[in-house]
Amino acid sequence: MTGNATHAIRQHPQFATLVKKRSTLAWTLAALTLGIYYLYMLVVALAPDTLRQALHGGGVLTLGVPVGAAIIVFTWALTGYYVYRANTEFDRMTATILQESQP
Amino acid sequence: MMRTLATLLALSASPLALAGPAVAGAVEKQPLNVAAIGMFMVFVVLTLGITYWASRRTRSASDFYTAGGGITGFQNGLAIAGDYMSAATLLGLSSMVFAKGYDGFIYTVGFFVGWPIITFLMAERLRNLGRFTFADIASYRLDQTKIRTFAAFGSLTVVSFYLIVQMVGAGQLIQLLFGLDYPVAVVVVGVVMMAYVIFGGMIATTWVQIIKAVLLLAGGTTLAFMAMAQFGFSYETLAREAITVHKDGLGMMGPGSMLADPVNVASMSLGLVFGIAGLPHILMRFFTVPNAKEARKSVFYATGFIGFFFLVVCTLGFAAVVIIGKDPQYFVNGELGGKLIGGGNMVAMHLAKAVGGNLFLGFLSAVAFATILAVVAGLALAGASAISHDLYATVIMKGKADEKTELKVSRIAAVAIGVLAIVLGILFEKQNVAFLVGLTFGVAASTNFPILILSMYWKDLTTRGALLGGFSGLISAVTLVILSKAVWVTVLGNETAIFPYEHPALFSMPLAFAVSIVVSLLDRSAAAATERARFDDQFVRAQTGHGAAGAHNH
Repeated sequence: MTGNATHAIRQHPQFATLVKKRSTLAWTLAALTLGIYYLYMLVVALAPDTLRQALHGGGVLTLGVPVGAAIIVFTWALTGYYVYRANTEFDRMTATILQESQP
Repeated sequence: MMRTLATLLALSASPLALAGPAVAGAVEKQPLNVAAIGMFMVFVVLTLGITYWASRRTRSASDFYTAGGGITGFQNGLAIAGDYMSAATLLGLSSMVFAKGYDGFIYTVGFFVGWPIITFLMAERLRNLGRFTFADIASYRLDQTKIRTFAAFGSLTVVSFYLIVQMVGAGQLIQLLFGLDYPVAVVVVGVVMMAYVIFGGMIATTWVQIIKAVLLLAGGTTLAFMAMAQFGFSYETLAREAITVHKDGLGMMGPGSMLADPVNVASMSLGLVFGIAGLPHILMRFFTVPNAKEARKSVFYATGFIGFFFLVVCTLGFAAVVIIGKDPQYFVNGELGGKLIGGGNMVAMHLAKAVGGNLFLGFLSAVAFATILAVVAGLALAGASAISHDLYATVIMKGKADEKTELKVSRIAAVAIGVLAIVLGILFEKQNVAFLVGLTFGVAASTNFPILILSMYWKDLTTRGALLGGFSGLISAVTLVILSKAVWVTVLGNETAIFPYEHPALFSMPLAFAVSIVVSLLDRSAAAATERARFDDQFVRAQTGHGAAGAHNH
């Protein structure tokens, strides 16, 4: 890699947009994932009765079971969303930047 | 009881750890299991066939270390999932749900959330910046000799500790499931693993991991399906029966007592989540795909497989509460609610026998053995790469090593690691190696991970900061483990532990970050200025993949 090519990429008008979009999305999703998880752990520690409620009246299956499963499924869906955005939108922008920065 | 459980947790949580050591001394050899051995032999013959095929495609260093970057995202996703879904996941997590009900499920969720984080923050940068080892990234703009030596040292430390855990676990588990002698089991694992790595390199190791992941997913899902059939596929029906059998009654359906020590839980989950991101053989997987796009896809698939498998495994533990819990033949002396035959983490195995008969038990045992093999092969390859690529080719030969010699060095290193693993496996037979799991994850999370993430994201990191930070993480993690109960009381025989928790990460990881940051900020040397200036280049490459190592075709 040459310093010139790198310089050209950095100067490309779309580069800053790409960086900003990507980091906003990545950090938001990471914070969301950790937020959901630690919220769950707080409920477990401080308000465990919430999770002990029966799912249906008269049933024994508790609310905690679908909640736990939903955390796994939902955070996985978030990775799907990130990968979709990155592999389409961000990769298209990257390709444009790289192409237009060639000397 | 709590300690055994905690050990079990630690083991089950670790991607590759084995359930074996959790059995702690209570392992009795079982009668020879012919069906299991037969099916395992089929696996070994098949994978050695693949190794032969792979050996003819392994020509360059890049083929050997990273399968030439020619693995697809989907294949790599299965292989990563294979690295994380170990025999311990199947045995340990199902046993935990069996014993603790919903609490086991809470832990399972915690073992999962590291993966989305790796997807968002690490996957594409790893691929764009690295080539063969994670030291490539850590030393990208820092001092090649110092940082690479330190990173290679960190890799080898993690690999050696983990290999011991695996070998001891393998010996014990196989003794239990197959009825083979301990040393025989250890030697078989060591020799087959060396064959995979030496002849087939990363291509063979990846395929072994993929086949194993498919077998484990298929085996686990089939078992869950057969078990749930007994309850008309209704979790409500299962729950109604479970609360009449389980000692906690209705209490098993909600959060229980195990969060009594939240600091310990926090320390453990921190170590597990960030430890994964510091394990050299997991990081190495990101270099086997052709570009960042495939790297992202691979974590997406891996996360999906892991999440699915975790839910299946929890179902197994839950169903076992009824199916195994009511059947005296699985308890020592037929005492319901007493000790399980073969040790506390045999729940999934007993369930396999209860719903699928001896043949299915044999199949699942063979899958468990295959799992160990796949994992130790990955570890040995990571260790060999650290020796040949980082230490030999880059540090000693200053990047001027000839490729043939480098390959030869990596194969010799693989033999050395294999022999060492066998010897240590036999030496540690009678030792309680549970502390090594804490050590492995503690060191990975407090040494490798901080250096890696800071070098990727933080412009101001300097060589001095990374080295001192890494060393303080390493030393504090090792010291805290030595002062913890697992070593201070269990191994050294003292009265009470000086460090009251089992996992060091809550303390050693922040220390490593703090020291790295403070020392880097205070670093006014000329070298530091150059290193900071080089961040721009690295940043562009991390963002766009410009200049990243590509795949090459045969």
